[in-house]
Amino acid sequence: MGRHHDHVRSGLATTRVPAIEGWFSMPPEDTPIPADGSGVPGISLLGTRCVDSGTYFFPPERVMSRAPGFAESELVDVELSTTGTLWSYTDAQYQPPSPFVAPTDPYVPYCLAAVELAEEQLVVLGQVIAGVTVDDLRVGMPMELVADELNSDEEHTYIVWKWRPVTDGATDTSGAK
Amino acid sequence: MAVEQVAVLGVGMHPWGKWGRNFVEYGVAAARDALADAGIAWSDVGFVAGADTMRNGYPGYVAGATFAQALGWTGIPVTSAYGACASGAMALDAARQRILSGMCDVALVVGADTTPKGFLKPNAGERGDDPDWLRFRLLGMTNPSYFAMWARRRIDLYGATTDDFAKVKIKNAAHGLHNPYARYRKAVTAEDIAASPTVSSPLRLLDICATSDGGAAIVLTSMEYARKHLASAQGSTDPLVRVAAVSTVTPTFPNTILEMPNLATDSAAGIAVPGRGFKQAIGDAAYAQAGLGPDDVEVAEVYDLSTALELDWYEDLGFCGPGEAEQLLRDGVTQVGGRLPVNPSGGLACFGEAVPAQAIAQVCELTWQLRGTARGAQADNPKVGITANQGLFGHGSSVILTR
Repeated sequence: MGRHHDHVRSGLATTRVPAIEGWFSMPPEDTPIPADGSGVPGISLLGTRCVDSGTYFFPPERVMSRAPGFAESELVDVELSTTGTLWSYTDAQYQPPSPFVAPTDPYVPYCLAAVELAEEQLVVLGQVIAGVTVDDLRVGMPMELVADELNSDEEHTYIVWKWRPVTDGATDTSGAK
Repeated sequence: MAVEQVAVLGVGMHPWGKWGRNFVEYGVAAARDALADAGIAWSDVGFVAGADTMRNGYPGYVAGATFAQALGWTGIPVTSAYGACASGAMALDAARQRILSGMCDVALVVGADTTPKGFLKPNAGERGDDPDWLRFRLLGMTNPSYFAMWARRRIDLYGATTDDFAKVKIKNAAHGLHNPYARYRKAVTAEDIAASPTVSSPLRLLDICATSDGGAAIVLTSMEYARKHLASAQGSTDPLVRVAAVSTVTPTFPNTILEMPNLATDSAAGIAVPGRGFKQAIGDAAYAQAGLGPDDVEVAEVYDLSTALELDWYEDLGFCGPGEAEQLLRDGVTQVGGRLPVNPSGGLACFGEAVPAQAIAQVCELTWQLRGTARGAQADNPKVGITANQGLFGHGSSVILTR
């Protein structure tokens, strides 16, 4: 998805690609990535579920179920809940080392969130969208998944999942899909 | 049932710092100090176990042989262990097993590191299937960011404050003030900490341990060998310190606490979450091996990768209940002079982390504490000490020493 779509954000036409294949669904090719960094809702993290035990894996486990005693269980692909509650959070005041690539020069600090998905009962890390500071976050608050630009080079705009606080009335907070 | 003990006959360290020299130098210096401390010749060592470093090329991956060659090949068997921060304890355990199985009487355990400046980062290359690479590429998730996530949980769950975190640093800085092996020997005030920049909220630069160069070594022997050796040694007055436990357990599925370098936890859906978490299980296994419990512990060296993490260990090792660590700290229980001094060496706060040497250095420090010969801060006549650490990829360790 989105592999051949010309993406224009900084004046350069680039191809939109996921920063990692198979971990999340890409936004539709004709949906622009907002320039304000607020992200595109409607995407999902892609995990697997161990059919016999009912446990989930993200990143998607495809070799065998890691649940003890369920090695023979079938693993099926699932889209994970797109909302959850904030388990913990921090920010990166200093630019992380490579292979992190700062999307802006100079570097702008951003927040990181660990979000607990209610149905899957697991915690998934993600960057928080631009413009949010730790003062805007508190443990237990609702968060939702969006797609956003991770960084771009001359050929590609790399897309990644991010978390953003749920704003009142803006989205469906029912959780599981 | 408690497992059989082995003796710590000698320990040695190269001072921690940012010396920028080959890690082998530090390991050899520590090994020679440990051998001298034991009164044993290198030629009498029957097994060598090295703790690997990942940041110094091939010699670092085969640390046991690297140190054996540097000390002069003697034809003895060798092993090299890597388990992130637990590497030194894994090497120690390999040496202990050799001795307990009767295959040798004397073993040498060595770990040393030379670290680059700045954040620890993954090895070079495009490795899209390596979570340690992906956490930087996709998230920019540094080690301090994980420490900060755990620290934020203490604030949210238990009402900890950044003042509490600062108290840990002030305590450890005071402990390490006169420790000749410590890198940082300077008193720290609350004002110093408040003035240091935030790295990963709520943690400031002075809440987070640095990365350092350093080396540490242990001469381990059978109890029988140690008794004979000490009986023949002139003027040996050090009480005999024993290894009562080495725990290197892995997590139990599902591990629902976020661990480095993972991008997500296991799921608690479908499979019951173990009653004891990973860090608790590390200490539990050590206590079970030693036939001892938290109430027996009189001194501890725990991994203060961040100030807040030291508080987690108070609870995970059973020194107090969940959410009670701040009170233990505020009451002065964990400072030297208190009932259970924690990090009398000054901890990582004063040392910085030299990954493969660190678990060994913890044992060196406790050995001096139990002998009553610490050159820095000395706890009041302890007889039982415990170490604890945790690193990447499901590694952690705990060692219990007694005399």
